[in-house]
Amino acid sequence: MNEPDGRANVHLDGVTLRFGGVTALENVCLDIRGGELLALIGPNGAGKTSVLNCISGLYRPTEGTIALRDAAGRSHALHRLPPHRIARLGVARTFQSIELFKHMTALDNIMLGRHVHMRGGVLSGGIFWGPQRRREIRHRMRVEEVIDFLNLEPIRRAIVGNLPYGQQKLVELGRALALDPEILLLDEPLAGMNSEEKESMARFILDVHEEWGTTPVVIDHDMDVIMDISERVIALEFGQVIAEGPPADVRANPRVIEAYLGHGEAAAGPVS
Amino acid sequence: MRLGLFMGALLVFPFLASPYWLNLANQIAIATIGALGLNILVGYTGQVSLGQGAFMAVGAYTSALLTLRLGLPWGVSIVAACFATAAVGVFFGLPSLRLKGLYLAISTLAAQEIVEWVVTHWTALTGGVEAVVVPAPRLFGQRLNTDFGFYWLGIVLAGGTALFTANLFRSRIGRSFVAVRDQDIAASVIGVNVFGTKLLAFATSSFFVGLAGALTAYYRNIISWERFTFETSILYLAMIIVGGLGTIRGSLFGAALITLLPAMIGRVGQELQGSAPAIAALLPSVQQAVFGIVIILFLVFEPEGLSKLWRNVKDYFYVWPFAYRRGEGR
Repeated sequence: MNEPDGRANVHLDGVTLRFGGVTALENVCLDIRGGELLALIGPNGAGKTSVLNCISGLYRPTEGTIALRDAAGRSHALHRLPPHRIARLGVARTFQSIELFKHMTALDNIMLGRHVHMRGGVLSGGIFWGPQRRREIRHRMRVEEVIDFLNLEPIRRAIVGNLPYGQQKLVELGRALALDPEILLLDEPLAGMNSEEKESMARFILDVHEEWGTTPVVIDHDMDVIMDISERVIALEFGQVIAEGPPADVRANPRVIEAYLGHGEAAAGPVS
Repeated sequence: MRLGLFMGALLVFPFLASPYWLNLANQIAIATIGALGLNILVGYTGQVSLGQGAFMAVGAYTSALLTLRLGLPWGVSIVAACFATAAVGVFFGLPSLRLKGLYLAISTLAAQEIVEWVVTHWTALTGGVEAVVVPAPRLFGQRLNTDFGFYWLGIVLAGGTALFTANLFRSRIGRSFVAVRDQDIAASVIGVNVFGTKLLAFATSSFFVGLAGALTAYYRNIISWERFTFETSILYLAMIIVGGLGTIRGSLFGAALITLLPAMIGRVGQELQGSAPAIAALLPSVQQAVFGIVIILFLVFEPEGLSKLWRNVKDYFYVWPFAYRRGEGR
């Protein structure tokens, strides 16, 4: 196949998702290639978030398969696994409507990202001193690296429910990064941010991709940023893939322009 | 320092206190263990349980019957009772796969009813509605079910439970409990097995609730089902709500308040017997109302409970009389 060595990748084959009479996804076939920076675009209701929800196991496809080939080359049928097993395979995500543990500190939220990598049960936790303390310290060091990377030092002890929106988004990104994911699904990481915050978020995504070797999959409506940072773009409309390719090609694709602007407006040029 | 003072007070207390106060202290120790257990489930993990009385009954009857019928030493049967209660807790936690909030609460009410029914009807095993007499526990030849003897057992176990709980919630499993409470979907996508975690919370919680039940049996010498009714479940819920959900300190404060309140009302009643017998006669019936009022007042004025009040007072004196260290928080 066309996969780069030692990188996890995901393959959706004929994924259809129906809720009663509503078809959210119809026969979606797409690849997430290990090592790339992929963007998913499309108008509201196109099914972008549904794709992420299927990959992370929150929705189960009505038809079709989702396969993850891990770094060691083993194949896993994601469409049959519960979300926590998928997370263990190295798939992390953020949500469009920030889903943090809002009564906890930023630090504890990000520590939870280490859950799958840590060991320790009720007994060792309750006794604490000894092995569990050593484990907590070891993983705390990784968490501090994430905090350092995202410049979250000043707020690490803050209760996240009280933090401003932009910082909550960063904490959520930090929690996903703490998993050391192979695949990082980001659902509208730029939504609701000012241009300065957008810029630093875009920077973080690029750094995660380049320095940490993670494969980000980004959904967003900010075409400028998306076209700027992504290597490949997949466009969805009404639950179907309508275009796929390098950003410039997808941007110029008549069907994509039509999807965003409606009929007869093709002359207006690409969305900006 | 403050902890040292508190421990010192605990050590001196039994030598100064009358049996009346020792008895209350022992009740508070047991209630603290039970409240910590319930708080693990309700306060920290967000799974409302109305089955506290039932789980305490399981702990009490298991430990009592193991000693009585099989002749096991009291220490062994208490530990066995804790594990038995944990298993029963897991069983009645199974509906939490599908049910949340009030719906789960109602399903745990089933635990209460079923256990109560089993205890009162399985006469061959439990003695039914008759009380079970529990052999006195002994340590180094000393009877532990005297007020003085039990005090030491009570505070060691209550302190141990508090320490265990505090440690639990600064480590991996405890964090996953709170994650399930705050946002179960987010918990699942970062790799927390939500259902497994809920069952683990039921097990851990019930373990300590079972301990509280077993201690009740050994302290009281006599147990009967009437000690573990639905009212017990409600009282314990009141403890953790008034004390503070999801806090260790709150479990202790709540246990103390809810234990002392009726005793104090009773005391006032006795004092008034001579001077105002009419009011004294009224008090027992007012007791329930006072309870209700206290809980309502807490929900209105300090929803985070006594634990928050304590923090407020501490914060106040932290900067008193000069506000030069403001903003440091705790």
